[in-house]
Formats: sequence, structure tokens, C-alpha cells
Amino acid sequence: MGSDSEAEAIKVRFEVYFASVALCFASLRRKAKQVLCVTSSVVAAGEGSDGGRWRHWLRVAEDPRAFWLSGYSHRSQLVSNLEFCFITYKFGCRSLCLCATEIDMDTIEVSNLNRQFLFRQKHVGQSKAKVARDAVLKFVPHINITPYHANVKDPDFNVDFFKQFNVVLNGLDNLDARRHVNRLCLAAEVPLVESGTTGFLGQVTVHIKGRTECYECQQKPTPKTYPVCTITSTPSKFIHCVVWAKDLLFAKLFGDKSQENDLFVRSSDASDLEKPMEDIFERGPDEDPDQYGKKIYDHVFGYNIEAALANEETWKSRRRPRPTFLRDVLPEKLILQNGNLEKSCLTDDLSLSVMPSLGLNNPQEVWNLAENSRVFLEALQLFIEKREKDIGSLTFDKDDQMAVEFVTAAANIRASSFGIPLHSLFDTKGIAGNIVHAVATTNAIIAGLIVIETIKVLQADFENYRMTYCLEHPSSKMLLMPVEPFEPNKSCYVCSETPLLLEVNTRNTTLRDIVEKIIKVKLGMNQPMVMQGTTLIYEDGDDLEEDVAANYALNLDKNLADLPAPVTGGTMLTIEDFRQELKCHINIKHRDDFDEEKEPDRMVLSGWTAPEKVDTAKSNGASTSADRPIITEVTESKVVDVAAAMPGTKRKLSATLERKGNQEVHEVLSVPGNDDDDDDLVLLDDCPEPNKKLRLQHL
Amino acid sequence: MDREELTAQETALYDRQIRVWGVDAQKRLSKASILVSGLNGTSIEFCKNIVLAGVGDLTVMDDRLVTEDTLQANFLIPRDSDAYGGRSLSEVCCESLRDFNPMVRVSAEKGDLSQSEMEFFDKFDAIVVSCCSLNAKVAINEKCRKRAKRIAFYAIECRDACGEIFVDLQNYTYAQKRSDGTVERHLSYPSLEEAISTPWRNLPRKMSKLYFALRVIERFELSEGRTPGKLSSSDFPSILKLRKELCDAQSLNESHVPEKLFERILHAGSKLHPPICAILGGILGQEVIKAISGKGDPLKNFFYFDTADGKGVIEDIS
Repeated sequence: MGSDSEAEAIKVRFEVYFASVALCFASLRRKAKQVLCVTSSVVAAGEGSDGGRWRHWLRVAEDPRAFWLSGYSHRSQLVSNLEFCFITYKFGCRSLCLCATEIDMDTIEVSNLNRQFLFRQKHVGQSKAKVARDAVLKFVPHINITPYHANVKDPDFNVDFFKQFNVVLNGLDNLDARRHVNRLCLAAEVPLVESGTTGFLGQVTVHIKGRTECYECQQKPTPKTYPVCTITSTPSKFIHCVVWAKDLLFAKLFGDKSQENDLFVRSSDASDLEKPMEDIFERGPDEDPDQYGKKIYDHVFGYNIEAALANEETWKSRRRPRPTFLRDVLPEKLILQNGNLEKSCLTDDLSLSVMPSLGLNNPQEVWNLAENSRVFLEALQLFIEKREKDIGSLTFDKDDQMAVEFVTAAANIRASSFGIPLHSLFDTKGIAGNIVHAVATTNAIIAGLIVIETIKVLQADFENYRMTYCLEHPSSKMLLMPVEPFEPNKSCYVCSETPLLLEVNTRNTTLRDIVEKIIKVKLGMNQPMVMQGTTLIYEDGDDLEEDVAANYALNLDKNLADLPAPVTGGTMLTIEDFRQELKCHINIKHRDDFDEEKEPDRMVLSGWTAPEKVDTAKSNGASTSADRPIITEVTESKVVDVAAAMPGTKRKLSATLERKGNQEVHEVLSVPGNDDDDDDLVLLDDCPEPNKKLRLQHL
Repeated sequence: MDREELTAQETALYDRQIRVWGVDAQKRLSKASILVSGLNGTSIEFCKNIVLAGVGDLTVMDDRLVTEDTLQANFLIPRDSDAYGGRSLSEVCCESLRDFNPMVRVSAEKGDLSQSEMEFFDKFDAIVVSCCSLNAKVAINEKCRKRAKRIAFYAIECRDACGEIFVDLQNYTYAQKRSDGTVERHLSYPSLEEAISTPWRNLPRKMSKLYFALRVIERFELSEGRTPGKLSSSDFPSILKLRKELCDAQSLNESHVPEKLFERILHAGSKLHPPICAILGGILGQEVIKAISGKGDPLKNFFYFDTADGKGVIEDIS
């Protein structure tokens, strides 16, 4: 491994699931076919210093048959499989031609190498697309590959672009991009083969407009949100502490100061006896970094908790937190060892670390309160001393060692105050960084299954399409479970244009609330246009004229009933996303009151597959005040196995299981090992409820 | 390798999989030694998986020379005949595999495993066999079972668009994690010979038909002295005849082993389908990792995948 030092010196910035590979594929006896594969990188909230999501597009088009392969680590597998697969398939007498379009924007990381086998150590830091292309060319030298760089939501990748292809394979790693591609595929009428893996679980699904469900016919869980109060005042789980440390404290100390930050929620009768909070965080020009760090520590872990304790109401039925002051945790530490911090010969900011100087060498170890406190102070000081230039513009990056150390320490100290178990750096990194665990074997299996389905699609072998689920524990003796695709959901607002229903208080809810929480988050539209009847009340876009944009801005802040075209009970909103070619209708129903805990958004959207009751455990210790929730893409790094019994129909089955699994990126099925539950798993041969099973009609 | 802790390099490289199975499992993997005899599309998929996973060392055995025919579904072989000409499969594959993970020791061993000395077996924690006759499989399995140290045995077979994996972990004890705590489980595996000697009429009615089909084919290849996997459609009548003989002997209705299945398998000849190789190689990879790490419920004792119905089924035949 000659170039270790080179590899280490290269900054690795993005988490990626790469998509790779060109395919070789024997032509079918049909007109030119193209397969489109879309890959993407993971983007957790706040990650990626460029902000955008970039994908490399590899376009291979010798003969216009293109495979667009969607970004997944197993895609390298996929590609090589497809390649060989097609070499051996002789669908016609034509010679082999190769087409693959691959889109992946990221660079290669060391952690990719355990499964993305087109990449080697020496490639770390390089563009995935480029390396993948080179690797693929070794397999199949005679293909043309042209890389593209783009964001899958880029206007260039519009319906016309998608129309060029005969099938799209998705290996994306975030829900948002998948929904986007789903809509474009529907609009372009191109079959979509979707897939996902997490650890030992995985699935492959096929979506054909008009024949099967679209990707969104079964509601997919949107990223988990936590009520603000849980994060700022009443955490009960470690994940709440991580969110606090990452999105509030870290952001407040090192991030963009102009951003709104909920770091301190004063008790309702706060009178500013102290200086306003802003001053605490501002470091004076002469303020010693050491003193600053101690001050911050005592404030966020000590005084702030004391202030919160003053509000008796909050703690009536909750465990009271314990304020933590430095003097009690590290009495001797009031003198910091400054010397140890300069040891690092690495100039790479992302590799700076305080752990070694504190004798903490094992990331799997759980530090005690004193150790966490040391890490907190040293990391904070190191940021100030070595990375002052970054302060004010940093966002949390799981590959930024210091950031991970700081967040681990902060989360742990807070957890300790609230009696929540502490966690290791390794675990915290996984939670904070939304790391999805992955192994080569599952990816290999899923890749093989994707190829099988793709071939069927290319051969228009309608009757044999299936969804396949890869299970960790066998169900009815099966580790790989095939399921027939469902018919399209008639009430899916994405593919069936069925109107939705929104219950909302039209007198005190603003248009902005609707746009932000419903249209962008729940409906997954990026650049919506909102009409009430025939009146355009809002449009999102960069190319609007000033006065027009100003008018929309005004509308955003108005309550629904006060809009130029009033949105009241009985009216209907029409929302369109031009790029996704998606149009959706929402019927409005006025409602005065909402349950603060169960309906923190004060809006209820319904109409497509009635979702299972979402687990309300996360509002444990929920809002004492009805604040807006923090939307955070944070996930437990372990997939939660479904322990509960399966519900009745197949449709609900998948939706529930997906919700209970890793919510962030991969929809996976997790099935308990208990065979007694199998009755509800309707299988190809043993369907106990044939009337519920919506077989595809043979055409 | 007798390190206690994983190196920083390993921790970084294996981060994502450590999050799946934990550090202890990873450490055990890094101390393990695997042997693969018979390299074809499926077994090299397995090799790739086990190398990426970070096993201690991998030894491959296959003296057959690389030919155009062996190129199919084998992405370890460079397409350049100058590179592979005149060399054995094990040699060429070994080189490529090293490239996947320089931290794994990959080596090629000459010879025929079924003829190897008993002591040779002792080097390994798990042995995977592919592309060999029934007699060879049984002989190797027996040798594994005779050693003082437990050697996990796996046989993998792929025909047309379907395949079989056989697992023999002898007497296996492991800690099973359940929602209500950890339970110690003991599994007792039959040998290959014992397993396939089970009278057919004692097997569950809904058994995977592939089991029977492969047993017929195995027997045929053996009695006709044919190279495993090299049958063709012209053998169809003889196969059906054998099917009848075996079914009669086992008091099983012939229809239990559909003609169509044989048709497919024979028609395919020695052709392998890469996606099926990937699937089988993936499942096998997971099984070996489970057995070495001691984590996870191992498969007992046969696994079948057939793309015709898309099911990946476990059959317990003991």
C-alpha cells in the first residue's frame, strides 16, 4: 500500500455511497434501450461543506443504450454483475454494447473500501466517478464513459433527460432524492428499480407507472423530528443530547452566528438578571481561551440547568437534572495543560484530535464524566487556537475528528446531568453522523437481485417482476423473500393525483407553515407553486422578479384566511412542482384546536395510505410550550428489529416495518424470527387472504 | 496475527461493518483462516466478500488453467489473455484478491484438496468447496470432521439460475441475542453424507425441489464419470431415467422433481449467471462470517435460491 501517506493527506469530505460501473449488455432485439442509474451521496443535515449534493454522472453511450446506475456501494457489484451477466446473455445476434450512466458526486473514503470494491486505498480522496469509470473500463475496455457532475435535483436532469432511458436503477441514500427521482420517472414513464441496504437487511423493488405502486404509494417515513423542548430542556434519551450538542451547542459556538438558535430556552418568567445570552458566547478579544471554555462549560451545563430547574412545572413528573459545574468535576483541572496541544504534525484540520494528549486512545471506550469534561475543554480550546478561521462557519462533519470529539463530550456531559447513559465516541459518531452500517455481503445480494429485476424490465417480462426482501432472520424458512408488486395505490397523491386533506386552523396558521412543513417536507417538493383556485399565491424560484418575489414573501407571513385568495375551510390548494412534474391537490378543512403533543405542527395531512400510528415515544417529555419542532436527520445507528406483531394487509406491513427500521435513508424490512407471525406475511404461494392481495392483472 | 486490538487502519477501513457486527467479531475475523477449493463465479464472489470483510488469511486451490470458458462470471481474471495465459485459476485469482484488501494474506495452494494430508486441513477454520464431485465433497467433509479442531465445512453449487449451499458446523455453540436476553444455543449438524442419506420420503412435503434435482445430477455425474457442471441437454433422457430409478428407490413420486428443472439446468450447461453468483456468494459470505465471529444464527443446513420464484430458502435436512 504505497500511498498511505498520500491517502491520509487527502481530505475526505463526503460520505458516499458510490455508484459505479459501467455495464456491458447484450442488446435485445428491440430498439435502442437505455438504462439509467442514479447514484447519490449521503447528505445528512448540515454535512458537506459545499452544501449541495453533487453526483457524478458517468455516461456511457457507445450505442445509445445507457445504464443509469444509482449510487450505492453495492453498485460496483451490480455493475460487474450486469456486465458479466449481459456478456453471457445473448438476447440477439447483435454484439455487446455497453452503456452506463452513473451519477455520484463524491470522493472516496477509507470507510467505503470495505464494500465498494472498485476502489482501493490509493484512490482515497479521488472522485468516485472517475475511479469507478477507470475500474470498469478494465473489465470492459470498449465502452465510452463520459462523466457528468451534477446534483440530481439540478434542472438539467429533467423529464426529457430521464426519457432517454429504458430503466432507472436507484441506489440513493436519502429519501428526498429518491422521491425526486420517483417523480421524474413517473413523469417520464420510465420503469424504476429501487433498492436499499442497511447492515444485513435490504430490499429491491420495481416501480412501473400504471402497473405497480410508485415508490411513494406506501408512505415513507420522513426524517425523525423532536419537539424543541425535548432537545433544549427535557432530554430523556442519548440521541436528544447528541442533537443538542450538535445542532445547538456546536452550531452556536462554531457555526453561523446569524442563524437562529434555540440553545437557551428561558423559563417563562425570565427576567434578564444576567447578561443576555449572546454575550456569554461572544469571546472577548482579550478573553483567554481557557477561561472562555470554562465559562461556557459552567453556563451550558451548570447555570442553564439551574435556571431550568426553577420552573417547577416541568419537573413535576420528570427526573430532575443535576447541574454540572467544572469545580465539582475537575477541581484540579482549573489549570489546563496547554503544552500537549501542539504535538500534531498533521496540518490537516480534520485530523486534529485531543484524544491522544489526554491518553484516550480507544474510540469504543465510554469516557467518564471527568474525561468527557476534559475532552470538552481541550477540544474547545483547540478549536480556538488552531481553527479560529473556521469558527463562525462550521457545520458538523462526522469526518471532522475534533467536532466528533467535542460533540461526544458535550452530549455525554449533558446526558450525565439528566441521568442518561453515556456513550462512546464510536457510537456517538454513528448517531451524530447518521452513519449507516454496511457490509459487502448484503450489498452483493441486493446487487444480484437488482440485476435480475432489471433484466426482466428490459425484457418487458411484466408478469415476473417482484419485490425482494433480504432478511436477517428467516421468515417461513426464507432469507430472501419475494413479494408480488402491488397495484398502484389509488389514493397516492404522487401517482394517482388523488387530493389530500389538510386539517388546519386557517385563522392562525401562516402560508409559510404550509409551505415549509407540508409542501416541502411532507410532500417532498422542492420548488413548489401554490394556487388557491386559479390564483397563484406562492411560487418558489430564483428567477422571480423583485416585486413578484416581495409579494410572495408577504403572503408567506399571512394567515391562510387572510391571503388575497383566502384559504379557508372548503377551499382547495393546488401545488405543483414543475421539475418533478407533480401536481397535487389539497382540500382544506378548518379546525380550531390541535393536540400539542400528538400534533405539534398543528396541522394534519391525510388522504393517502393511512399510516400506522406513529410511535409517539419520541415526544417523551414533550413540549411544555408549543414550539415548532426541530427537524433533524438523526438516526440511531442500529436498526431496530421489529418486535411487534405484523399488521394485517401487505400494504400496511411494509409501511410499518419500514417506519420501524432505520428511518433515515434505507427502507428495509426487518422481520422477527418468530415464525408464528408468518401468517401475516403473504407469500407468493401461500396467500391466506387472496382478496387482499392485489395481483397484477395480466394484460 | 496475534494482536489484541485492531489497528487504527483496520478501524477506519472496517468502520461500517464494525457497526454491524462489533469489534470483537472483527477481531475474530482477523485471526481466521479460510480455504476455498474450486474457483468459479460463485466461489470467487465469496472470496471477494470474505477478503473485504477482513479475514486473516485466505487460501485458494484450483489448478485448472484459465481459459475463455472460465472467464465467465469471474471478475477476478483480467481480460487480457497475456496476463492470464498458461496460469492456474488459483494463481490469477489470488493476485486480484490481494488487491481488494492488502491487509488480508491471500495465497494459492496447488493440488487437489480431496487428496490432501490431514494436517493440511488443520490450518483452517473454515473450508469452502465448489466445482467438485459428490465423492470429493464427502471426502473433504469427512476429513474436516475427523480433526480435533472444529473446521466449518461449506459446499456451494450453482447451476443455471439457481444454486445450493450446504453447511456443516458439526457441534456448534453460540450466544443468541434475543429481546429477552442472551441465550446459549447448541446446534448439531449432520455430515454431508448423513444429510443426503436421509430418505426422501421423510423429508417435508414442501421441500425445495432443487434439493432432489441436484442429488440426481450429482449421482449422474458420479456414475458417468462426468466433470461436475459440464452436462448438457443431450443428457436429458439419461437424467430422467436416473430420476425414475432414484425416486422409485426412495418411494417418491417422480413429479416431485419436475422435468422442467432438469431441462433448465442441463440447457444451461456450465454457464453461470453473475447475479446468482453474487447472491449465493453473499449468503455464503455472511454464513462464514457468522460462524467465525460466533455472532448471528447460522444457517442449518441447506440454502436454496432459484431466480424462477425468487425465494432464498433454508432447509433443515438432518
